[in-house]
Amino acid sequence: MEATQKSEEKVQPISKQGIPSPLHTATPLDRGKDAESRMDWDTKEKMIANTDEWKSRYAEVRPFNVSEDGEKIGAVVQNDDETFTVCINGNPWEETYEKIWSFKFTNEGKAACLVLKDNAWTVALDGIPWNEKFDYAWNLQIAPNGRSIGINIKKDDQYGVCLGDKPWVQGFADVRNLFISSDGTKAAASVAVKRLAEADIFNFQKGVWTVAVNGVPWDKNFVNVWGLAFSPDGRHVAAETRINLYDYAVVVDGNMWPQTYKCVCEPCFTAKNNVIAPVKIAKGWTLALDGKPIWGPFIQVWPPKFSSDGQKIAAVVASEFGRWTIAVDGSAWKQTFSDTVLDPVFSPDGKRVAAIAKESKDPMNMGSSLHSIEGNDRWTIVVDGIPWNQDFDMIWDPVFSPDGSTVAAKAEINGKYCVAVNGKAGKKMFDALWSPVFSPRGDKILVRCIGGGKYYRYVVPLDEI
Amino acid sequence: MAVAAEKKEVKKIIDLGLEEGAKKLTPEKIEITINNALAAMGGARLDAYVSTCIHCGLCSEACHFYLSHDGDPHFSPVGKVKQTMWEILKNKGRVSPDSVKKIAEIAYTECNLCRRCSMYCPFGIDIAYIISSVRRICHLLGVTPQYLQDTAHSHAATMNQMWLKQDEWIDTLFWQEDDYRREIKNLTIPLDKEGADIMYSVIGPEPKFLAMLIGNAAKIMNVAGIDWTFPSFDGWDNSDMAMFSGDQEIMGRVKRAHFEAAMRLKVKRIVMGECGHAFRSVYDVGNRWFGWKMPPVPVIHAIQFYYELIKEGRIKIVKKFKEPVTLHDPCNVMRGRGLGDMARYVVNAICEDFRDMSPNKEHNYCCAAGGGVINCGPPWKLKRMEGNRVKAEQMKATGARVVITPCHNCHSGIEDIIGYYKLGMHTKFISDILVDAIEVPESMKAKK
Repeated sequence: MEATQKSEEKVQPISKQGIPSPLHTATPLDRGKDAESRMDWDTKEKMIANTDEWKSRYAEVRPFNVSEDGEKIGAVVQNDDETFTVCINGNPWEETYEKIWSFKFTNEGKAACLVLKDNAWTVALDGIPWNEKFDYAWNLQIAPNGRSIGINIKKDDQYGVCLGDKPWVQGFADVRNLFISSDGTKAAASVAVKRLAEADIFNFQKGVWTVAVNGVPWDKNFVNVWGLAFSPDGRHVAAETRINLYDYAVVVDGNMWPQTYKCVCEPCFTAKNNVIAPVKIAKGWTLALDGKPIWGPFIQVWPPKFSSDGQKIAAVVASEFGRWTIAVDGSAWKQTFSDTVLDPVFSPDGKRVAAIAKESKDPMNMGSSLHSIEGNDRWTIVVDGIPWNQDFDMIWDPVFSPDGSTVAAKAEINGKYCVAVNGKAGKKMFDALWSPVFSPRGDKILVRCIGGGKYYRYVVPLDEI
Repeated sequence: MAVAAEKKEVKKIIDLGLEEGAKKLTPEKIEITINNALAAMGGARLDAYVSTCIHCGLCSEACHFYLSHDGDPHFSPVGKVKQTMWEILKNKGRVSPDSVKKIAEIAYTECNLCRRCSMYCPFGIDIAYIISSVRRICHLLGVTPQYLQDTAHSHAATMNQMWLKQDEWIDTLFWQEDDYRREIKNLTIPLDKEGADIMYSVIGPEPKFLAMLIGNAAKIMNVAGIDWTFPSFDGWDNSDMAMFSGDQEIMGRVKRAHFEAAMRLKVKRIVMGECGHAFRSVYDVGNRWFGWKMPPVPVIHAIQFYYELIKEGRIKIVKKFKEPVTLHDPCNVMRGRGLGDMARYVVNAICEDFRDMSPNKEHNYCCAAGGGVINCGPPWKLKRMEGNRVKAEQMKATGARVVITPCHNCHSGIEDIIGYYKLGMHTKFISDILVDAIEVPESMKAKK
């Protein structure tokens, strides 16, 4: 069914660039242009911590995580008295807790996690707990600029958000889809403004969900509200909604696009102050810009990504049923893949695009839990439509060198990990590895890895990988 | 073998979803909606099925509703198609609101979409597809059973079928981890472990009502040394009642969340708990709505997972279950995936006295709960019981005391049948038995 005109409401002015989708976990963070330049690119090898020693020291060591600059490694550890703490570079926090989870480093190298003590949850940052305590806390998110932390919270049977130790004043029946603005000063979420009785389908269909920005709900309700996006200046919010059981709409600052669709996916903001979203029309899926189709149609289109100058748009598309690829500015790569393709990554200059692809020689024959089928479930990187010659058991998001000439990624082969560069697996294999980081000049790669029971930070010339 | 049923007075069933939905219809709305729906379906597959059927009625003997109602043709698969889709097509969408209500009742509560009839059809017509198409039309008309619709709403709002809040999911995992650490030293239920081999996924009722099944899975995973994880975020629920209500858009959305969780966690495979309809959704229907020909990440049903763990020696069986057991074959993983032999391997490995049903494997009778029928809720329970006397007779004939049901809907539906027909049996999941049958190495045992 074609998109129908349902409203004359105008879309409000909006600004700047798009957002990472939840799947796109390795999206480069807005750390500031000189984040890499502040790193140590001279020391070739540093043994940061003897992680095997931790395993003998503690009753339990949970999965490791490392800082962006590679200078820190940490993990949640359990003491013999069954309390938990966090160990950073071999040094445990003084404070212990009943539970700790969601441990990660901020862009600035601070260790953040969710902690439980005396039946109250909160955030601990570098060992210092927030003042605010909650009945429950989860979904720890770090703002794109790395300067604030947001979490979902529950207190006194009310749901909300706490951003930077400041909880929303108003509570809701439910809160989901937390999204933090680029500068970390605002948080938005989909919220249920009313509790419904069991099986109250009629009131549900009247709409009890809306968007709350910094705890203040929009004055319009919807049947559903899903993916959200802030404009880069944090002034505007776009949302993916269902306005009745059958019609889907993109809503910006509470105002619906003039068109509704049979389905939409999460919207994002473009560099030209517009909102863009995948929408389902009669002939398939396309991208719509402020309500007008601009691509396709394709069998499927996922939420797009933008080049840093905002001039190019790329998105995962299914150009035919069961064949996946990337489309750049509406033109799909010729090479398609049987299983899946993940979010595109632009080179810094916006001229190149890379993405993860998964291919199976016999896609209708599914592997089992303990046995792979030869030639199936193979992961690789595709750059400008051309897949690497080598494939892997698993691969992580591609990383471009600053000049865009080189692509590197963490890759897995037989349970070990290496840095793959331009399609070739690195010489060294590791027990654990984190995604590579290029030096500002692109001639070196920071390798953060565990081998032989120790965590190392290597700076490796590109031609020695 | 005859079974005795409770005698209950037959009353007219009132379902607010059907009643109130039909009240909002007008002849014009019905005609436009139906014809738009038929056009959007594309028509070729439906046309082929409808025009190929020669009305021979050979499908009748396949249907548990037909057999349990002593051959009443209204309950035969072709009879149900005649009363629904043929009625719609014959009248070119010009049917009354009362007819829509009746059509919805048949499509949602008298057919489990079990596909047994397709095996009896000389042309292999997928009658479940036709009834699913009828359900799609009913959804678009807004005439759906209240409780099934509520479950579809839950999927839409929470990405799980039980209205579970995100903190409730996470807390259940912590609680199960704490409980099982009393038995297994350092047992973990890993959350959001990027790069794990396996993402384990379950259906909403597990954290809501049957949390010990998550504990069972954790024990099996830990003892077998599996590198696994759960997502703490939406996408952990593999189930999909929107698939059965006819809300394909929500079905696709739920499946996208599930697969994106797996891809975000960089796992190589998804292992799913003992659920049948969820397997159909991830393997056949939901994935394809969003353009995936097959699941983008391989999905393995628990039956196959247990089979491989035992076969490979990853877990060792040291204490077999003694009571006589039988096995109910869930339609979606037997007819849908052919796991019948693997299920029997597992049951024989963990039980001393296995008594098979007849007919079995892909020929087994449906539980009458699947296809969203049990999710239509209390108003329809008696009708569901009366529609599956044949299953009660089949189970009673085995002489078993325990019915192993590796599917959630089957588990609940069979338990209902056991109670209604007073069979004196009980249902168990495979993991209920497996978790007590496996060897826990001394080094893994927690200090008492």
